[in-house]
Order: sequence, then C-alpha cells, then structure tokens
Amino acid sequence: MDPSKSPVVETRDIEKVYVMGDVEVRALRGVSLSIGAGEFVAVMGASGSGKSTFMNLVGCLDRPTRGSYLLSGRDVGKLSRDQLAKVRGQQIGFVFQGFNLLPRTSALENVELPMLYQGVGSKERHARATEALARVGLGDRGHHTPAQLSGGQQQRVAIARALVNRPKLLLADEPTGNLDSRTSVEVMGIFQELNEAGLTVLLVTHEADIALHARRVVTFKDGVLLSDEQVPRRRLAVDELRAS
Amino acid sequence: MNLLASLRTALRALRKNKLRSLLAMLGIVIAVGAVVATVAIGQGAQAKVAAQMESLGTNLLMVLPGSIAMHGVATGSGATQNLTRDDATAIERDLSATVAAVAPINRTGGQIVYGDQNWFTQVQGTTAAYLAVRGWPLAEGEAFGREEDAAAAKVCLLGKTVVDKLFVPGAPVIGEQIRVKHVPCKVIGVLASKGQTSWGQDQDDVIIMPWSTVVRRLIGTQSDAVGQMMISARGPSLVDEAEREITALLRQRHHLADAAEPDFQIRNLAEMQEAAKQSTQTIAALLASVALISLIVGGIGIANVMLVSVTERTREIGIRMAVGGRGRDILFQFLTEAVVLASVGGVIGLTIGIGVSKWMALKFDWPTLLSPPVMLGTMLLAGFAGVVAGFYPALRASRLDPIEALRFE
Repeated sequence: MDPSKSPVVETRDIEKVYVMGDVEVRALRGVSLSIGAGEFVAVMGASGSGKSTFMNLVGCLDRPTRGSYLLSGRDVGKLSRDQLAKVRGQQIGFVFQGFNLLPRTSALENVELPMLYQGVGSKERHARATEALARVGLGDRGHHTPAQLSGGQQQRVAIARALVNRPKLLLADEPTGNLDSRTSVEVMGIFQELNEAGLTVLLVTHEADIALHARRVVTFKDGVLLSDEQVPRRRLAVDELRAS
Repeated sequence: MNLLASLRTALRALRKNKLRSLLAMLGIVIAVGAVVATVAIGQGAQAKVAAQMESLGTNLLMVLPGSIAMHGVATGSGATQNLTRDDATAIERDLSATVAAVAPINRTGGQIVYGDQNWFTQVQGTTAAYLAVRGWPLAEGEAFGREEDAAAAKVCLLGKTVVDKLFVPGAPVIGEQIRVKHVPCKVIGVLASKGQTSWGQDQDDVIIMPWSTVVRRLIGTQSDAVGQMMISARGPSLVDEAEREITALLRQRHHLADAAEPDFQIRNLAEMQEAAKQSTQTIAALLASVALISLIVGGIGIANVMLVSVTERTREIGIRMAVGGRGRDILFQFLTEAVVLASVGGVIGLTIGIGVSKWMALKFDWPTLLSPPVMLGTMLLAGFAGVVAGFYPALRASRLDPIEALRFE
C-alpha cells in the first residue's frame, strides 16, 4: 500500500489493560478508528472514558496490549522504547494542557528542543525555531522564558515546538484547559489554520464548544467508541474573534 | 544529541541551580584540593629528607672502633683504640675496586681566637679525602693535601658558622692567622655551607685540619688510633659489597678468629637514608589514601544531588521524552551533568590545592613539591567519580515512563 494514501492513524481493535496489583483495568476495550491525512478530529468523553489512554497510544507514548496501531501505514505497536521515541520525535507533535515548557528556558530554546534529538545542527535549529515562533505570532518573544509569557503565549510556544520537526500528526491534549475562552478560541484558530495548510490534527477535549472547531468528533465511553460523526456546523475561530 | 549540545544543556541545567551545584561539587573540590596539597607536602618533605641525607655524603659507610670485654666488663663502643691510620690506608689501597675514598677522623673541641673574637667549636682532624667522601665543596681557597698531613702543617679550613663568628662580614679570611687552642694556624679555605642535619645539628660549625696536626699538635699524642672512618663506596650498588670487604679486611688485620665478635662496627648510612625515605613515603601514601577516601565521599555527594535532581526534574524528563528524547539521550544528559559537576569541582579543587601548597611553602617555609602526574591523575579520578556517581541517577531517569513523567507534579 502506498504510505501517502494510507490513513495517518489507523487502529484495529486496540485494547489497553493496566494491571494494578490484583486488579485489571481495561482502559480500552477494542477501538478501531481511522484518521486520514488532513483531517481535524476531536476526541471527547468523560474522564475515565479511555480517551487519554487512546491519546497516549496514538502518540506512541505507550503500546497497546492487544490489537494493532498503524501510523502512516507502519505498525508501531511492537516497537521498542527507543524506536517509539524516534517516531515521536519525527512524526508527532504534542501540545499539552499544562503547556509543558521547560522552565527558566527561553521560548527559542524550548522550540529548539525536539530538533536537538534529531541531530539538527545549531544554525538550522535556530533558523527553524525562529520561523516556527513567527508562524504562531511570537516572532518577537524568542528570548522570553515561560514565566515571562501569558498562558496563551506559552501555549503558542508549545505549538511552535510541536511543529518544528514537521510532524505528520499534531496531538493536542486538552490544549485549552488552562486558558480563558478568548485565548482558547485563538489557539483553536491556530489549529484550524495549520489544518487548512494540510496538517492532521487530533484534539482531545471535554468541552463541547471547543470540539466544534474540528471537522469530525468521536466520543469515547467506558473504553469503547460511542459515536463518530462529522461536525455539521463547524465553528470558525476567525469568525468568532471578529464577532467579539 | 551530540556531545557539544549535551555539554551546553548540562552547563545550562547546572547554572540554573547555582547553589546546589556548588554544594554538590564541594566534596570533590575539598577532595581534589586535599589530594593535591597533601601529596605536594608529602613529596616536598620526602625531597627535603633526601636532600638532608645527601648532605651527609652519598654511599656512605662509617667504621667505628668496637667494644672489648675485659674480665667480663664490656666497654662501650668507641672506647677502644684498635682502629688505626694503617687500617685506613690498607682499605684505601686494597679495596680500591669498591671503595672510592677513606677519611680517618679524630675530633677534639677547642677555643679558637682571631683578633678580639673567639669561639668554641669542633675541630676535625682528617685527610683531604674527607671533603670527597662528604661531597663538600669549598666556597673559597683550597684544601690541604698529603704533604700538609705528613708535615702536620698548621693550616685549617673553616666552616661557614665559624667564619661568621670570627670575621667581620666582607673581611678577607684566606691567609689570615687564627689560633686553635694554643696552635697558630693559617686559614687556607672556607667550606661551602651545608646547613643543618636532619636532626638539627649545625654542620657548618666546624674547623677541618690535617689529621696529624690535630692528633699530634692539638691532642698531643703519638698514638695512631683513629676515632672513626668515613668511607664512600664507588656506587650505590657497591655499598653492601664494600661493607663486606671492609669487614673481612679488618678482621684479618686485627687477627680475629672466625667466631670472635668484631672489635669494630660498620654503619651503613645508605641504609639509614633508605629507611628515612621509606618512612616519608609511608606518610605520603597515608595522606594520599585519606584524600582518596574524601574523593569517594565527594562522589557520593554528587550522586545524592543527582538523585534529587532527577526526581525534581521528572516532568522535564517526560517533556524531553515526548519530543523524541530516547532513554540513552536522557542517560547521557544526566551523566554529562554529573561529570561536568565533578570536573568543575576538580578544577576548583586543583586551583585551591596548588594555592594552599604554595601558601604553605611561603608562610611556613614548608617544602612542597607539586607533581603534575598526581594532579592529572586526581583530575581523571574526579571525572571518573562523576561517571560512577552519576550513573545510577541517570539510569533511573532514562527508565522513567514518559506518561508518568509528564503527569508528575
């Protein structure tokens, strides 16, 4: 199969079982989902629904107990820890709820971090990090540390960091959880912009109005997929910002 | 991640926690400083002892008259008069393969007078060989030879201390007449200063005169008995052989039966020198081992701080893993930090150690000898301590689960 035609994410009956002492917790009980290139999918569900576990598997931070997971046609379910790290570095960009920037480290250095592990030379690192920061509208804040930036700005730095290795998939785990509503819309605007440019985005959220910025919403409940539907009337961040 | 990038990452991480980094490396600083300073002091002392021993003369044997027992009462050593000038001559003549020079010595004390100055000092009657045996050069003038000895000439060589006591500084000494006891004497040479012996005796407080002058004129006896002989062997390896040969020759000359106790004693100063050297070496080794233990303690300090640091930076580790850092990248990062800590501590310790030894040399006139191989070895050891100390914490960091690490508060 031609990798460019295959879906970016394809899970087949994946299961995840955590063993805590004597108790087995079945966090995912067989989920099959396919996300094509250029899609913008929101994952919803209450806490304990399995959406975070699903996110960790898709992000190659963890391996499924059963079932298979193909990332751009490649089975990554059986890879070693180091191989998974390589896949994360090259193909996946993460945006977290708590921003997860390195404290007391400049925005520029934070954005350079993923390239450090891919052996990118220091000149190119600097150039690409500057470019990525400009792309999220922070071209002039490269030397600020996270403490000197607002929450929205920190999340933009995190997005720049996620983009800098040109990933196939952007994973955002509750990216607006720590932001006020206007900043949340701004961040969603950046995602929509990136998605328009062709990036596949997978967004985990429990806020329905945030999920409506995606093109497709899937809902988890008790470790299985409850629903999978296209968003009928999609919210566009540009319009919302203009209206307010 | 390449070496340069990890070095920069490590330095940045350590700079962010200056006080803690400083405390972490303190153990290594003290350890390296202690090693460098104590070894410098130990080696300095060793060199000083060796130099003092050298000042006695090299490859030296001393022959003393022995004790004899008369009617069951033993005399002390040196009480007999059975060592003679002829013995000395025979040794010099017959054993020239192993013996370089033989100096017979008779001592007496005497008041010496020059102008309105006077001083009591030791007068040594000996031959020209004495200066060769003791490796004692003249500062000015010249030594006496065989003719002066044969003629019991009234000439003398003055030690530095004697010159200082009798003469005004700068005044001419050579050719002046001084009086030794009742004998007028011409100064023909001044000895170079030898300083103190290792037991604090002033070696320069002495007058040297021809043997016959002292024995015949000052002591006033016709006896040929010699107080002691100082003999130098031709080389360090020949000292023991010379000792054996001298023993055999003297036994034969003194007509001793095979089973009889010798009526003389031979002291091997080379052995004494060796013993003194070994005792200072033992002290140096002791100092070094104490310092090595402190290096281990310093390493434990680093390990401790690195463990705390790994726990505190769990989230950072999670972030690094999420953006593509492999286990070995994380391992290498923390290992680099530990080694940088140890190395920086090592450099600071080295500086302090050098400073302390120079200061001690200056302030207490304590000889110190900085040894480059020891300094280099200590630095390498400090770096190695960093690797050992950092390895376990770094391994723990590299094995963290990225999901757990990211959730860590």
